[in-house]
Amino acid sequence: MFELIRTNKRKSAGLIVVLGSLLMVLGYAIGLILSPDEPTLSYLFVLIGVIVWVVMLLTSLAGGEKILLSSARAREVKKADAPQLYNIVEEMCIASGLSTIPKVYIIDTPDPNAFAVGLKPERAAVAVTTGLMAKLNRDELQNVVAHEIAHIQNRDTLFMTLAGVTVGAIIILGDLFFRSMLYGGGRRRGGGGSNQGGAALMVLAVVMAILAPILARLLYFACSRQREYLADACAAQYTRYPEGLASALDKISRQATRHPGEIGKNKTLAPMYIINPLAARSRRAGWFSTHPPTEQRIKVLRSMGGDASLAAYEKAYQSIQGRKEAVLPPSARAATAATPAREATETGGGKAGTRKQWREVQDLLHKVDRYAVLACVCGMKIKLPPDYEESEVACPRCHHQHVIPPELLAVGALGAATAAKGKQA
Amino acid sequence: MEWIIVLVVVVALVLWVVGLYNKLVRFRNQVRNAWSQIDVQLKRRHDLIPNLVETAKGYMKHERETFEAITQARAAAMGAQGAAEAAKAESQLQGALSRFNLVVENYPELKANTNFLSLQEELTSTENKIGFARQFYNDQVMQFNNLIESVPTNIVAGMFQFTKSDFFEIEEPAERAVPKVSF
Repeated sequence: MFELIRTNKRKSAGLIVVLGSLLMVLGYAIGLILSPDEPTLSYLFVLIGVIVWVVMLLTSLAGGEKILLSSARAREVKKADAPQLYNIVEEMCIASGLSTIPKVYIIDTPDPNAFAVGLKPERAAVAVTTGLMAKLNRDELQNVVAHEIAHIQNRDTLFMTLAGVTVGAIIILGDLFFRSMLYGGGRRRGGGGSNQGGAALMVLAVVMAILAPILARLLYFACSRQREYLADACAAQYTRYPEGLASALDKISRQATRHPGEIGKNKTLAPMYIINPLAARSRRAGWFSTHPPTEQRIKVLRSMGGDASLAAYEKAYQSIQGRKEAVLPPSARAATAATPAREATETGGGKAGTRKQWREVQDLLHKVDRYAVLACVCGMKIKLPPDYEESEVACPRCHHQHVIPPELLAVGALGAATAAKGKQA
Repeated sequence: MEWIIVLVVVVALVLWVVGLYNKLVRFRNQVRNAWSQIDVQLKRRHDLIPNLVETAKGYMKHERETFEAITQARAAAMGAQGAAEAAKAESQLQGALSRFNLVVENYPELKANTNFLSLQEELTSTENKIGFARQFYNDQVMQFNNLIESVPTNIVAGMFQFTKSDFFEIEEPAERAVPKVSF
């Protein structure tokens, strides 16, 4: 596991270097196109690109987590506010060997989803929506948190932030270039006087200026998909219960397909969620998708065959893809190739018996605990689930129409969100 | 001339051994760290039990034996010395707790008590944490032991007396013996 973190860090540094050089090449190409006669101007554009990059990097290093969390309207909770969620986060820290417990945030929205931020484990945070807490049972919630903790532990949160910032700088530079071509580029081209070699170089520069932003994006998305697979595999290894993550992903994607929801409106955050709310529908892995297709992630998790090790995940992935293509880095597979299957089958395959039943009862009790109770004139007591979205309810016995008082639903954290939504509608 | 070559070879060899030695130390410290996590969680469970018993006592007037079994098992677990004895005492405590959980089913008012509910969540979580700490510890031990046994680290391990660590196994005979209940 520690070897895995090391290779991840090394690979991340490599990719940042590649993206950074792409940025500089783009700057040079732009300078060349805009003024073929003055080479010094080319370096000016390289400088502009680097300055944009550095400024963006420093902003994200200084407080990127805070910006992201507040843009998601997440609020921090302590153990007393959400004991079960907090406990689950603690459990997954222990299972993953993460030394510091990340901060826990809750987002008030009925859409089930979760994400993690943090450039270092010491500054990391996990955010889940109230919808996720209402719709998943304890085991499923645990697996979702495990996936997010895996992102923190594998330093994906660091890497994706840095890569995202670099790609952003490349896109900004490309955009700047096209705007300047549109408004001022025409005048200069009349100058003429460039020889044959210069013309060839010019064509190359134009191609480069068009291709660089696209290339950077493709690279970024490919890495993002890879990291999602790795986080899924690690989650299965932490919880030893791949089925929990599979059914959680199933529930989240079903909900997201029905309506993209409010969290889909924030385009910056969308790729960071466990399932991208903008692309929950997609069935095929596109070149521009940030996550692998959910259906496939579920399928891989369900065909691990009672073994929760990373090697088993790799095998399941290959049998589903039908080709020998590694999805996890070699260090990950080597490090856990010997995870005893005994443990995987013991807790992963057959969580049967009293313990499971006890858990189900507890889940049920926790759920019922959050239900709002409405008394009808006919003596019927109507129990409203925490994710009830209508503002009215009909009594099942006497069909009397009740308007739900908002303070009734405001009992739990989720109730508050639902009540707010009711007011908007 | 020759002595320069010899010197280079010797220095390279020493550096290589130092690297392997440091790797072994790193893994051994991970094992120790993982062990301390288990300890922390076991202590947490011991601290939780009196509260749970106190809350439940008001509702369960006729279950003196169950409470006594838990209290005794807890005392034994707290006094246990060494990994083997601790594992045995903990498994007994585990058994007493799972019997208690079964008895709770007969007391609907207790199950509706929010204080009890939150204590129960704490206990479930602590059980999970113990399980995950054990899982993580055993994974670390596995990697450390693999390192000690495989070439070339086994040579360095032999030179500096690195010994294999023990796995932490809790037997749960009591849990296995529990009769199946259907709701």
